[in-house]
Amino acid sequence: MNKRLSLGMAFVLLVLPSSLLVAFTHYPAVRALANSLWNNATSRRPSRFVGLDNYAALLEDEKLLQVLINSGLYALGTIPLAIVLAIGMALLVNSRLPATSLMRLSFFMPTMLPMVAVANIWLFFYAPGIGLASQILSSMGLPSVNFLGSTETSLVSMMVVAVWKEAGLFMIFYLAALQTVPVHLKEAARLEGAGSVRVFLDVVLPLLRPTTIFVAVNALINAFRLVDHIIVMTRGGPNNSSALLLYYIYEVTFGHRDFAYGATLTVLMVVILGALAAFQYRVLDRRTHYQ
Amino acid sequence: MKLNRTSTLQAVMGAMLGAGVASVQAADLEFYFPVGVNAPAVATIEALTNAWAAKNPQHTVKAVYAGNYEETTTKALTAAQAGDPPQVAVLLAIDIFTLVEEDVIVPISDIATSAEDKAWMSSFYPSFMKDATFEGKTYAIPFQRSTPVFYYNKDAFREAGLDPDSPPKSWAEMIEVGKKLVVKDANGNVTRWGTRIPTLGLGGAWLFGGLVVSKGDVLSTDTGTEARFDTPAAKASLDFLLQLAAEGVMQPGGISWGDTPKAFLERQTASMWTSTGNLAFVSENAEFDWGVGFLPGGDGPGAPIGGGNFYIFKGTTDEERAAALDFIKFMTSPENAAVWAIATGYVAPRPDAWEMPEMKAYVQRLPQALVALEQLPHAEREFAVFQRAKVTQYLVDAIESVLAGSAEPAAALAAAQKKADEVLKEYR
Repeated sequence: MNKRLSLGMAFVLLVLPSSLLVAFTHYPAVRALANSLWNNATSRRPSRFVGLDNYAALLEDEKLLQVLINSGLYALGTIPLAIVLAIGMALLVNSRLPATSLMRLSFFMPTMLPMVAVANIWLFFYAPGIGLASQILSSMGLPSVNFLGSTETSLVSMMVVAVWKEAGLFMIFYLAALQTVPVHLKEAARLEGAGSVRVFLDVVLPLLRPTTIFVAVNALINAFRLVDHIIVMTRGGPNNSSALLLYYIYEVTFGHRDFAYGATLTVLMVVILGALAAFQYRVLDRRTHYQ
Repeated sequence: MKLNRTSTLQAVMGAMLGAGVASVQAADLEFYFPVGVNAPAVATIEALTNAWAAKNPQHTVKAVYAGNYEETTTKALTAAQAGDPPQVAVLLAIDIFTLVEEDVIVPISDIATSAEDKAWMSSFYPSFMKDATFEGKTYAIPFQRSTPVFYYNKDAFREAGLDPDSPPKSWAEMIEVGKKLVVKDANGNVTRWGTRIPTLGLGGAWLFGGLVVSKGDVLSTDTGTEARFDTPAAKASLDFLLQLAAEGVMQPGGISWGDTPKAFLERQTASMWTSTGNLAFVSENAEFDWGVGFLPGGDGPGAPIGGGNFYIFKGTTDEERAAALDFIKFMTSPENAAVWAIATGYVAPRPDAWEMPEMKAYVQRLPQALVALEQLPHAEREFAVFQRAKVTQYLVDAIESVLAGSAEPAAALAAAQKKADEVLKEYR
């Protein structure tokens, strides 16, 4: 089995994937960096090198500031909540309650739906006056809330959709991790007189930490990557209150057709994501116990 | 094999006929279209497209439903930049400046040069041709054109003791009548609002243009280089929207375009301002007596003209352009314009379409369909400038921030004006 690959074969195996990587990851990244140094040329405006002008524009862009705040709030609001819910659901379906497979299915269902479908479902939930949310509120005698149409509620409404969609996926990872927690460790803790809360906090949770890192990184990526529901439900409105960074990039690049500024924003996003990933791996990794 | 032999035979015969065949050179057309209203539009477009293909077996045409207006424009532009444009597309009339700037469309007046073609181009309503023209050339042919109209629930009017045959004409009447139409439940929560004007996004900006027109001003001029946001008319229009919410006639905060027809049909609102393109949807689904009127106006009637036109793309062969032109002529013929208008509620863009027997029968059955046509003389073109998407966003931000209560009308409009001038000064 340990036969060495021929040099030619190794070359082919190396070149194929790396050319894909170059074509679809490295080339666009370098191209975005290059584009961000030029103006947005059209048939009526000649192309010209502008150096760092586009980056200077970033600093004066009030909308970008709001978008960054929105993105930060969105990440802070969705990631911890999705993780807590995922652990809770995993514990529930891992227990010996009746109908766990039905529970697993229903918790996992939102994850299987495409985001666009999810967004359309929630569009009905949120519709003021006629939607499910309004019906529930009015049955309790409360006035109907214009969830997607007011600046106070639009971002939170988007977060709820994201958590609803994501938590089921993370549950699966936690469920897998929970099933690998050795029973003898839990039994040993119980012999020492630990209650089930104590067992969970001191035995199970530390063993889940690698999963938590994996899930947190994925959740962070998704918080920046998934904007389908914004496009379907609010288009970033009202007054940009639900616009996230990737949506803003899409709007500037393909809506306004300002490819230069879109490229500049893309570079900014890559820098932010890179910094966050480096931070996560450094800080969390150091305190993690891998089996 | 049999099939092959037949086609070889045809090719040989074709070659023998020589020049006669050249004029019917085959073309494969790709046709992008958007749907911006709640109507069985896709099925109708496909039926019309298939009818053209059946009449012209030498050509093929693929109708591609590409989403709403903005998405369709984005897709068409992206495809054109990738070197694979659709030959023909229905895109927003106001995107003419963007399409010219991106250099992706050919003037239709450069293709349609015969006397017959010229007569055809002048057979449309001049109001619809105005925004299809730039620098003396006709770039587009009107297809799904509309103005917003005032839809109202006549039963609700009767309930409130109002005359169901006289909808409000002015803003003052709108507020007065609207107050009477509001219904609250035992807890004091509103279960039916007086009216509903979409204020969010592009749809909101479109209707806002109508408010400004009714105050005797416009948001943009024919040059495509001037935005007029910081005007008394625009300020008065914002004040009117704020007043509707303050007086409890309309739900406070932003109101979405998409939910509006549904809210009207569900009796969540006694009236709504939306495109005449929703006429068929309302007519099929309303379970109450309803009417249509002019948009209530500030100083008089006023409305924006909106909707989509046919464009022919660059990067196409002469045969494809000829076929595309023929396709457009077919789609906008009086018969098919009537079919399209009846299926959706869009305003048939040429007078002779209204003379078709099926159109006459339709108007008799649904007299509401005439209102948009009668409103046309009071309507002005929709906001259109170079960098339209970007500059419209400044207006959208201004409207939304004022309605959210986070900015004052005058300051928001002045800020939008400043940003718009910054973008447009490069084009003057």
